[in-house]
Amino acid sequence: MDLFEHQGKELFARHGIPIPRGIVCESAEAARAATETLGGMSVVKVQVQVGGRGKGGGVVLADSPEEAEAAASAMLAGGFKGLRVTRVLVEERLSIAREFYAAMLLDRSTGTDLAMVAIEGGVDIEQLARTRPETIRRLHVDPEIGLHPYHLRRLTGSFPPEARDLVEDVLAGLYDVLTGEDATLVEVNPLVLLSDGRVLALDAKVTIDDNALWRRREIEMLKSSFPIDPVEFRAREAGLQYVKLDGEVGIIGNGAGLVMSTLDLVQQAGAAAANFLDIGGGASAESMATSLEVILSDPSVRAVLVNIFGGITRCDVVAEGMLEALGRVTPEVPIVVRLDGTNAEEGRRILERANHPRIVSAPTMLEAAQRAAELATGRAASWPRREGQRSGDSGR
Amino acid sequence: MAILVDERTRVVVSGITGREGRFHALRNRAYGTQVVAGVTPGKAGQDVEGVPVFDTIADAVAETGANTSLIFVPARFATEAIYEAADSELPLVVCITEGIPVRDMARVASYLRGKPSTLIGPNCPGVISPGRSNVGIIPGEICAPGRVGLVSRSGTLTYQIVHELTQRGIGQSTCVGMGGDPVHGIGFIEALELFEQDPETGLVVMIGEIGGDDEERAATFIRDHVSKPVVGYIAGFTAPPGKRMGHAGAIITGSSGTAQAKAEALETAGVKVGRTPTEVAELVEASLP
Repeated sequence: MDLFEHQGKELFARHGIPIPRGIVCESAEAARAATETLGGMSVVKVQVQVGGRGKGGGVVLADSPEEAEAAASAMLAGGFKGLRVTRVLVEERLSIAREFYAAMLLDRSTGTDLAMVAIEGGVDIEQLARTRPETIRRLHVDPEIGLHPYHLRRLTGSFPPEARDLVEDVLAGLYDVLTGEDATLVEVNPLVLLSDGRVLALDAKVTIDDNALWRRREIEMLKSSFPIDPVEFRAREAGLQYVKLDGEVGIIGNGAGLVMSTLDLVQQAGAAAANFLDIGGGASAESMATSLEVILSDPSVRAVLVNIFGGITRCDVVAEGMLEALGRVTPEVPIVVRLDGTNAEEGRRILERANHPRIVSAPTMLEAAQRAAELATGRAASWPRREGQRSGDSGR
Repeated sequence: MAILVDERTRVVVSGITGREGRFHALRNRAYGTQVVAGVTPGKAGQDVEGVPVFDTIADAVAETGANTSLIFVPARFATEAIYEAADSELPLVVCITEGIPVRDMARVASYLRGKPSTLIGPNCPGVISPGRSNVGIIPGEICAPGRVGLVSRSGTLTYQIVHELTQRGIGQSTCVGMGGDPVHGIGFIEALELFEQDPETGLVVMIGEIGGDDEERAATFIRDHVSKPVVGYIAGFTAPPGKRMGHAGAIITGSSGTAQAKAEALETAGVKVGRTPTEVAELVEASLP
């Protein structure tokens, strides 16, 4: 789960990391008042769960309360990179002497924590890694021993001497957040040295491990602050893994890998997926029914593709769930179904008996993807065919 | 021979009295696997359809000679079961459980370093050597004995590809589901190493997906150390960056971990990469020595 900047900073503050004075605002008027409180000037920062705010106009320096009001108004009304914006962070203006970069993350390739610092901040770190790798220092910290002072000394060795102690304090705080709050990433870009000698986290990017939210209740409650698509909301309430995408083929499958592969096949067949939806392992008829209802409620869906390979999931249960949903809603688009694996025969028989006018059965995953793409786009799929390959699906 | 599991595999199932544990333990036994014991604290002395239940893995090992742990306990208790199995020095530990916090897994990975136990998973479908032993939740009926070794980060996508192989009459030596979590036990490299040494494996299929750099590192390993043909598949070409696709492994961050980059790395190392599961089966058919 990615936190908003201000939520990340609140976690930072709780772990002793200095942050700028700031006020979260949900209206333009509030941004104006906040700027007055902060002395008449401020920085207005859009609160979204994506990066690239600086370049994308998501950070505005306001020289007056009116400018802050106008900036906040534009952000709240216009959204950011297609996302709805519900709040902005209004912060004090500071006199910055130097900018640095600091991050800690759980490195999946080693299974240990990785600390990274750079004496150049405020820039794209991946670009910096390519162009000036010598400015970056990295250090792995074994979870068995934790972060020690020698780690900190090595990390800050190239920092200006007057900033070193304070940067070390910040790094120790970041490690606390990483390990103590079940974060998988904490990133500060930039970390700043002010003209008055203080060191502050000017930004905060924090990602919390979804699997650990059960033991981080306070953080879990932040979920409700993220604006989401109503369809996405419904899916999430039902415990489904759903991600909205831009295409026109609604997709339901079991298992993340199989669903991703289905998305790829649909695109290769000349259409695009409207979503990712994983009903998970051992899905019940109810979760299948909800999935289908969720997909059918998305107005951009022109055809649905249900691709199930039963392992723990039973295809007869999936078929029953589909019929349950079709008893509640009347679909206006075709539903291509491919069932294989556990109890596939029974599942296919159930659908055959129901003889629903919208259901189109497909014998293989490949043909199902092709058929769904054709039905969604109204044209024959441009499938890259190989010699000897069986031609199109006739439905059955 | 196969790898990791065979006729000599003797399984102790942690969480055997739970719904999933019971169902799959019995399913594995029906396949022909020697399921010799179960563990559920407080239920020692009971049995599950004839499989004796013990309080601890140590007791189960002492009484039954179990040599493989299969874990179905809920995420909050699963790491304890892994530690317990490792402390009983079981050579193989298969953890099916999904949803374990990654930080807990980092500690497990650190603890297992230098220990004799090999971990498969967590959040994985397990491992099967068709016709010999099935330890986990891979449907045995879609597999057939043969010469293709398979290792995968995904569950149902593995079934899809195994199914396509079997339907063409191509059997498998062993199928390893390594799981989709960011920190996990056995990976592509370890599995490739075992398949390379296994005389019964003639070709290896590796199934990857977006996120992390496991496939890229595997590509380097294949280039330097694998003489057998390798066929690859990567899921997630159309996944948008920054969006989590279902399980913890499947997320692209920034410019790294894309399906394109992975497929290219594999192709550079001489791996034939299929664009669809069907094409993977076609490539295997054409390349199997």
